[in-house]
Amino acid sequence: MIEEKRNVLERFKSSGRFRGEGILAFALILPSLLVVGWIILYPILRTFWMSFFDIESPLPGSYPFVGLHNYFAAFKSSDFRMVTEHSLYFTFVSTFFELTLGILIALLLNSPLKFRGFWRSIVVIPWALPTIVNGALWKWIYNGNYGVLNELLHVFHLGGQGHNWLGSPFEALNMVIIADIWKNTSLVVFFILAGLQTIPSDLYEAAKVDGSTPIKSFWNITIPLLVPSIMVVVILRTIDAFKVFDIIYIMTKGGPASGTQTISFYTYQQTFSNEYFGYGSALAYLIVIFTLVIAWFYIKLLRQGTLEGVS
Amino acid sequence: MKPSRAYTIFIHVAAVLMGVVILGPFLWLFISSISPAKELISVPFHWFPSHPTISRFKDIFLQSANGENVSANFRVSMVNSFIVATGTTFISILVGSLGAYAFARLKFRFRRTMLFGFLSVYMLPPIVLVIPLYLIIANMGLLDTKLGLIITYCSLITPFTLWTMSNYFRTLPADLEEAARVDGCSRLGAFFRIVIPLSKPGLFASALFAFLLAWDEFLFALIFTSTTNSKTIPVAIAEFAGKYSSDYGLVCAGGVLAALPPVILALIFQKNIVGGLTAGSVKG
Amino acid sequence: MENEESITDRQVSRRAILGAGAAAGLVTMMPTEGYAAGFSKAANVKGTISALFMKQAGYSDTDVAKMTADFKKVYPNVTVKTEFVAYEALHDKIVTSALAHTYDVVLIDVIWPAEFGSKKMVVDITNRWPASWTNDMLGGAVATAVYNKHYYGIPWILDTKYFFYNTEHMAKAKVDEASLDTWDGVMKAASAIKKAGLVKYPLAWSWTQSESMLCDYMQLLGAFGGQFLDASGKPAFNKGGGVQALEFMRKSIVDGLTDPVSTATAAEDDVRKMFSAGQISMGLNWTYMWAMANDPKQSKVAGKMKVLQTPAGPGGKRPGINGSMALSMSSGTKNPEAAWAYMSFLTSQKEQNAVAMDSLPVWKSSYTDPVVVKTSPAVVAQAKKELNDMILRPQVTKYNAMSLVIQAEVSKALIGQKTPQKALDDAATKAAAVLNA
Repeated sequence: MIEEKRNVLERFKSSGRFRGEGILAFALILPSLLVVGWIILYPILRTFWMSFFDIESPLPGSYPFVGLHNYFAAFKSSDFRMVTEHSLYFTFVSTFFELTLGILIALLLNSPLKFRGFWRSIVVIPWALPTIVNGALWKWIYNGNYGVLNELLHVFHLGGQGHNWLGSPFEALNMVIIADIWKNTSLVVFFILAGLQTIPSDLYEAAKVDGSTPIKSFWNITIPLLVPSIMVVVILRTIDAFKVFDIIYIMTKGGPASGTQTISFYTYQQTFSNEYFGYGSALAYLIVIFTLVIAWFYIKLLRQGTLEGVS
Repeated sequence: MKPSRAYTIFIHVAAVLMGVVILGPFLWLFISSISPAKELISVPFHWFPSHPTISRFKDIFLQSANGENVSANFRVSMVNSFIVATGTTFISILVGSLGAYAFARLKFRFRRTMLFGFLSVYMLPPIVLVIPLYLIIANMGLLDTKLGLIITYCSLITPFTLWTMSNYFRTLPADLEEAARVDGCSRLGAFFRIVIPLSKPGLFASALFAFLLAWDEFLFALIFTSTTNSKTIPVAIAEFAGKYSSDYGLVCAGGVLAALPPVILALIFQKNIVGGLTAGSVKG
Repeated sequence: MENEESITDRQVSRRAILGAGAAAGLVTMMPTEGYAAGFSKAANVKGTISALFMKQAGYSDTDVAKMTADFKKVYPNVTVKTEFVAYEALHDKIVTSALAHTYDVVLIDVIWPAEFGSKKMVVDITNRWPASWTNDMLGGAVATAVYNKHYYGIPWILDTKYFFYNTEHMAKAKVDEASLDTWDGVMKAASAIKKAGLVKYPLAWSWTQSESMLCDYMQLLGAFGGQFLDASGKPAFNKGGGVQALEFMRKSIVDGLTDPVSTATAAEDDVRKMFSAGQISMGLNWTYMWAMANDPKQSKVAGKMKVLQTPAGPGGKRPGINGSMALSMSSGTKNPEAAWAYMSFLTSQKEQNAVAMDSLPVWKSSYTDPVVVKTSPAVVAQAKKELNDMILRPQVTKYNAMSLVIQAEVSKALIGQKTPQKALDDAATKAAAVLNA
């Protein structure tokens, strides 16, 4: 019966009823195009156009065309270099720890735990917490005077009281990263768990028969097979980390000593506080380019062009 | 084979440790929200308030919202957030699924280019869009409206649902639809009768993601809204944590409530997240 | 002006309005200046306008609602929609809404008239400005909305940072309160309090990397006789008093007299809370702190605190930072008459006097008005002294960009990354680059 249907299907496929898919595809994609395109396209082009002008007001007027000057100005600016470094540091460190912890937690949740559903539910919680709440919460935890972190360290005799976790630039950046890791590791866990579930268990059985230790199996079987999941999640996290704005806005506003200024926050300040709209537009496009470069770098690094349907 | 005893103990200790690290901050959010303002800044430190109070929650739920009351405004903002996030989720899933099916199953020119085009919208930092978008929304007379936010969010979130749903559709065996079509079903008929019912986990997971993204969004809401008519909960909280007012207890109370809807939804659909959202994205 | 008798008038008329909404009462409420001389004319002003304010403890949402309700009684044909955003979002909201003409009236900070005026985002109202206002308002208030000798708004909030201290701590540490008249005395008092073990850090400030940090710095720069920009408009804060002020700030941290949380995330409201908890003994803050820190419901130090004019520096100078704000007409307004009516109504002396408890009026004669004085005698007494001598942040179009680079450098000096001199030299170079660009 099934065989018969297959045969019909083969003939059917070549018969021409599959032609005209382009029109159907267009019809199906049209709603998405309408929803996304008409509201996004104009702003994208407009911002691109603005990045070639010296615009210092939101009002219309004739502004001097400056070519690539805004882009050059960014590369010449020491502030831009600094915020780019912060963003790169933020992106790599947060992604690295989110990935490492995410894999470990996923392995843990994939192991024969009692009440596995309960533990999995717990992992969902930080991810569901809104970023603004997460930022406000950690700012409160880190508070030098009334923060619970100092008290906790004090109870365990691990540190002096009154330490200002957001008081020095580099430390503050790291503390913001910790808040980000706490929230976003969950996302990595989901992706890795899904990846783990696609690995057939007989692979491990076979490896065991061949005398492989669990650790060897992890490096030889689990990790290689997880590469596609890892890549997707790393790219997603990189995109988000490069866009990071909310948590900086609520926790540090870029201080102290500009130590937590990221490229997105800097762009926001240049655009809205300083009204350097042309420069801000150029910065925004640089963010897009950086994100693409990093994504490309990961794809090369992991040598698997499996970001679905894209590469 | 049974795992060794040491291994069993190890994984359970690790799980408890993980639970403490995850739940600790969340618990502190809750404790702070029921601590009186004076106790929050009291020395010596109070691990638990000696006079716990739910007055902030009472204020949030019971005070009349006349536009001047911070507590009541939290409540109004929650409702706004809920309407915006639900509307966005509904539209972006509906629209995204249709497009996703085309990307997953149909062959047409520029397929990859188009998918990449959609995906790159997700990569754009909001800052690229905000000023021109403000103008569009203003010209439509939709500033400071929930509809304006829904429209904006749909355009940002649809690429994401499109991508995740397309991945999910690809994991479904094509045979079933094709068999249905041999039996006389049209493409769309097969889509609605065969594919959609099979895709519930993927739909739930994508919907959950869409809801959370919309609930979480801050920058556009900050710029596009200005009254309780449309302010969402992240804006209300950020505003209250500002320069001239920072009762951390109230911020925490608002935070607890702001966290509840997404946390509850995430817990309900927890099982679908792993099975539904990501399975597709990692398979060819 | 019409202060003394009109205040009593107002009392009567307000009661009349509350009672029966009597038109007679309304007429007496009208400002007597020529721009809106009668009830009939007020009725001609029609339409709907929307106004942007900020959420704050001074003129609160409730105060604005009350003033707007009063306005509605005089201008029955004008509908006003009011919106409130956090201070941090105010500037950016004005910028993003400029093209869309969302607001008719916007509240602007003292540092923005140059920017918004030169870019024609707010209307030049010089020809509407009655000459009498220049004399009737305090000098610091008038300066709020002036750029290039043009007026870009009507001063509404007049504020500066006063010095608050805990009297109980002073008594316990045997500090003579008169010594708090100079910064030198303040530091000695702080040492004494620390030595007596009353608090760990006697001082806290709003030194998070933001405009509030620059306000504190500017006030000290003034006390140390420094100059922000020289006569030719070039940065001068890296010389003399400007450097001494920053050295003073840094030293207070090094000596353990300033709570280091000040440089982390502390802004004005954190200073208020620490002061209210009795955790610090002294601090600079805006007017609003008085009422809140003196309220037993939210403060442990109610009744145990005093307010003073900002302490003097070594040369005896003691200007307060001008932290005023003005109501401006948005250049996109389609109803300038209604906008003007609303702006001038809210800034009128009667309306301001009525809520003097929350924010002091911009009008000179209000400060001798017994009704205003009675609202908070302690603050008004100090305000009379400090408001006469205020230091204005430079009115330059690129103020924000300049401020951001200076904030970053001052922040570096405060946490010890750079010496004050080096930080300010770097800030001066960067600020000059911004100003010349």
